[in-house]
Amino acid sequence: MGTMLFKDEVRMLRQVPLFAGMEAARLKLLAFTSDRVSYQAGEILFHQGDIGDAAYVILAGQAEILADSGKGPVKVAEVGENSIVGEIAILCEATRTATVKAATPIEALRIRKEQFLKLLTDFPDVTIQVMRVLAERLSQTTMALTAERSSRTDAG
Amino acid sequence: MERRLTSYIWKHTKFQQLWILFIVALSMVPYFMSFDLPKQIVNGPIQGSGFDTPDAVKLFMKLEVSLPLFGKVVLFPGIELGRMPTLFALSMVFLLFVVINGLFKYYINTYKGRLGERLLRRIRFELVDRVLRFPPDVFKRVKGSEIANMVNNEVEPMGGFTGDAFVSPALLGGQALTALVFIFVQSFWLGLITTALVSVQALIIPRMRRRLLVLGRERQLTARELAGRVGEMVEGIDAIHAFDTSNYERADVAARLGRIFKIRYDIYQWKFMVKFINNSLASFTPFLFYIVGGYLALKGKVDIGQLVAVIAAYKDLPGPLKDLIDWDQNRQDVQIKYAQVVGQFSVDGMVDPAIQAVGEGAALKPPLAAVNLTLSDDSGARLLDRINVQVRPGERVALTGDAAGGEALAAAFARLSWPDAGKVVAGGEDIHSLPESITGRAISYASTDVHFFSGSLRDNLFYGLKHRPMGPPSAEDPGMAWRLREAQLSGNPVHDIKADWIDYAAAGATGPEDLIRAVAPVLDAVQLSRDILDLALRATADAARRPGIADSVIAMRRAFRATLEERGQTSLIDHFEPGAYNDQSTVGENLLFGNAIGPALMPGALGRNPYFRQVLERDGLDRALYEMGFEIAENAIELFGDLPADHPFFQQLTFMGAEDLPAYQALVKRLNGKDYAEVPAEDRPTIIRLSFAYAEPRHRFGLLTDEMKERIVRARQQFHAGLPASLQGQIEAYDPARYMPSASLMDNVVFGRVNNRHADGAERVQEIVRGLMDRLGLYDDFLSIGLDFEVGTGGKRLTLAQRQKASLARALLRRTGYQVMNRPLTAVDPRVRAQIVENVLTLLSGQEPAPALIWVMTDSALASRFDRILTFAGPLVASDGRGGGGAAGTGEPAGDGVDASVAQVESRAGTQAGAKTGA
Repeated sequence: MGTMLFKDEVRMLRQVPLFAGMEAARLKLLAFTSDRVSYQAGEILFHQGDIGDAAYVILAGQAEILADSGKGPVKVAEVGENSIVGEIAILCEATRTATVKAATPIEALRIRKEQFLKLLTDFPDVTIQVMRVLAERLSQTTMALTAERSSRTDAG
Repeated sequence: MERRLTSYIWKHTKFQQLWILFIVALSMVPYFMSFDLPKQIVNGPIQGSGFDTPDAVKLFMKLEVSLPLFGKVVLFPGIELGRMPTLFALSMVFLLFVVINGLFKYYINTYKGRLGERLLRRIRFELVDRVLRFPPDVFKRVKGSEIANMVNNEVEPMGGFTGDAFVSPALLGGQALTALVFIFVQSFWLGLITTALVSVQALIIPRMRRRLLVLGRERQLTARELAGRVGEMVEGIDAIHAFDTSNYERADVAARLGRIFKIRYDIYQWKFMVKFINNSLASFTPFLFYIVGGYLALKGKVDIGQLVAVIAAYKDLPGPLKDLIDWDQNRQDVQIKYAQVVGQFSVDGMVDPAIQAVGEGAALKPPLAAVNLTLSDDSGARLLDRINVQVRPGERVALTGDAAGGEALAAAFARLSWPDAGKVVAGGEDIHSLPESITGRAISYASTDVHFFSGSLRDNLFYGLKHRPMGPPSAEDPGMAWRLREAQLSGNPVHDIKADWIDYAAAGATGPEDLIRAVAPVLDAVQLSRDILDLALRATADAARRPGIADSVIAMRRAFRATLEERGQTSLIDHFEPGAYNDQSTVGENLLFGNAIGPALMPGALGRNPYFRQVLERDGLDRALYEMGFEIAENAIELFGDLPADHPFFQQLTFMGAEDLPAYQALVKRLNGKDYAEVPAEDRPTIIRLSFAYAEPRHRFGLLTDEMKERIVRARQQFHAGLPASLQGQIEAYDPARYMPSASLMDNVVFGRVNNRHADGAERVQEIVRGLMDRLGLYDDFLSIGLDFEVGTGGKRLTLAQRQKASLARALLRRTGYQVMNRPLTAVDPRVRAQIVENVLTLLSGQEPAPALIWVMTDSALASRFDRILTFAGPLVASDGRGGGGAAGTGEPAGDGVDASVAQVESRAGTQAGAKTGA
């Protein structure tokens, strides 16, 4: 894992939908200003309810997404290479909506909030790209919600 | 202190003044004798008077005295000498007189100088002594820097004046009088004229100088105010920055300097004006001699010979006269300064010296009580209104409710405020009438406002134990006797500051060895131990002063590594290995592989060091590093080329600054495609430098191959193996078996770089190191190193919370009968504060006998842990009741102290409408 270099990170960032349409130079800058971090299996990347200060792009390994329930944490999803976690918290002032735990040893790129926001304010093309991705997500969610509702109405 | 400087000087130096007058008189004898010699030499042997024949002889050195009853007594019959031997003999005598006069002058000057310095020392000490005895309200209006200015600068001229205070007028007056008498002897009338003119001079000049004195006083005051103002600016620098008022302050200083300039310029104008008039008057006298004397001579009333003699005699008069007038000016000047300073230091209500006398200390009689205590603040508002409270030995009292009342009562118990009415008594005696050696050792006090003196944390923590020198004077000090004698001669105390002042018994210790152990529980209780240990870990320790620390640290280094291996966390640290490349360090650090301690190998200078460059060139490494640097430059330009220079991303660019980027852009363009051999020599270091700051895990450009790492390690080994003598002291190489004095203890133990990829790596490392400290029994050693931390001015290098905790510890480590805590932990987070209060209660109840504890707090939940709770409402005690923490108290029910204050509240409730009696 230690041999993964800057250019590989850039390549992997490009696989992340949020960054996919970004110009190569911006992506490099984003990679360069981010930190490489590693976690052992079982280590926590962040806790639900904490203030979010960074998003993580997983370069290698698997992470579990846990949500607190009345009976303790429940695993809601598992993510792997090229996924981004914790991005909601760096885009708005929300606290972490879930806990992320390393399921296997993880190599990740930590994108700090202030770096990311700076990139957004300085380069409108980046902002538009992020907006596009978020809008797509929103329309998907809306469609899913509508479909859910209509299926309920049909059933009811 | 005397009102007049001359009386002050006379009082303290009269014997010395008389002695120096005697010596001055004595010195006149050879002085006048040497006057006559040149004439004797010229007339006698040189011109031949008395040596009429070649073999004529004269008596040399015949000494005889005429005494009334005995007639002539011949002391020395003299020897007969020829013309040439007489010349030699007389010349030798002349030389002898020159030496004797010089020696007299030397002795007199040093004696006067020493006299002045002693008096200066005495005045300064007396002034500071007075500051220590000022009543508390004085400090609300005087500025520290003004006092310092007075003690330091304003009294300085008084030392210089001391030596001349009596000698100069005697000497100069004598000379002037002699000249005047001589003129009288020559001609009565001309003498009278001279006397008249001298009197005019002596009357007018001092009168004209009076304005100079006024200006001088103004100059003194404005200069003092300037010192005060500058001191204030320094203290308030944060406010100035925060509110952008620096230009207001600049204008203020400029205005003050303008005033000072005007005053000083006025002084110059007057001074030279007076000088001009004085000179004119002095020259007026010869004018009169010529015109009046000449007239009289022509008329035959005066002999021409007499006139010439008078004029000759007159030339000896203006000199001493002028000096005399100058002396008088100086006298008035220092007198005004003296009166000014003494006035400032004479305040009403000064503490009686007996109260502060060095004493053994004695037990304070119980109980401590406030009796009808009334206190007001500066605006006249009541803080306490006829309060009666009694605190029994061992009782634990919480003061809650309105903070102002509790705070005022606590300060009064600590003897810090002077009551308007009523008093604080200990066993019936007013504590203000007791010596501080009793109250100061029976009552410990900690408050919100913490003051620390610059020095180490240790000095400050043990400050409350330094009442008097406990041990003998510092051992075998050769200058000791001299220092003590001089101190006595200047009226200074003779306590040796270098002696051991710490009263170990007062901290429950027996000596320096177990002091740390005795205070460690206190530091734990206030939760300061961990801060101190962290300070120690960040500090460097002098192996010479702490024998054994090097070995302990090396042992810890091994244990640290072993612990990492045990826990399977070896990836946390990249250890320094002389034979391996350290991935977490930069290329430059890997090459140097040590701490640069001299200027030659510091990062900025390393690339220019000829030896270092020679090592790089030996293996062709310079070419490889150049290529690496070139790639880094290209990468940096690609990444950052289009960012504005002030962009925060540039912080990530560790190998160059934003301002360097354009230069590198030009350089890369120019050098692109060129082989190393073609690159101009002056451009090479610029590019190579970039590679020094490169660390693969951080920058991730993929520039370091294993082969390259090996070459770097080889170069490192060559660099250290052939280090020339001139660089030996400039670097401390990383050696796993050796302690590095230039590195912090933490770095010494870790001996490697924390791998940044572990998100919480640094904390995990700290936790392991702390654990090791305990396990290896090094806790006390590290605590002691941490206590050496320099706290800075007012303790500002510590955080406010640390300062407050340390101040609490400073009080608690004294085993005193009363502990008064005046909201001591306001800056500490409430959860920690509650823990500390709990810890302190446990700590104190474990002491035998348990001290009484008075704690001002706003948290009523905490107060319930105390034996007794006094609640203030305004200046009154609203309720006085039992708390929940009675277990460790005196056991007996709260006695008449409570009854008295409750009764008082009840009785007042009837008379004072609106007074809360929430009992």
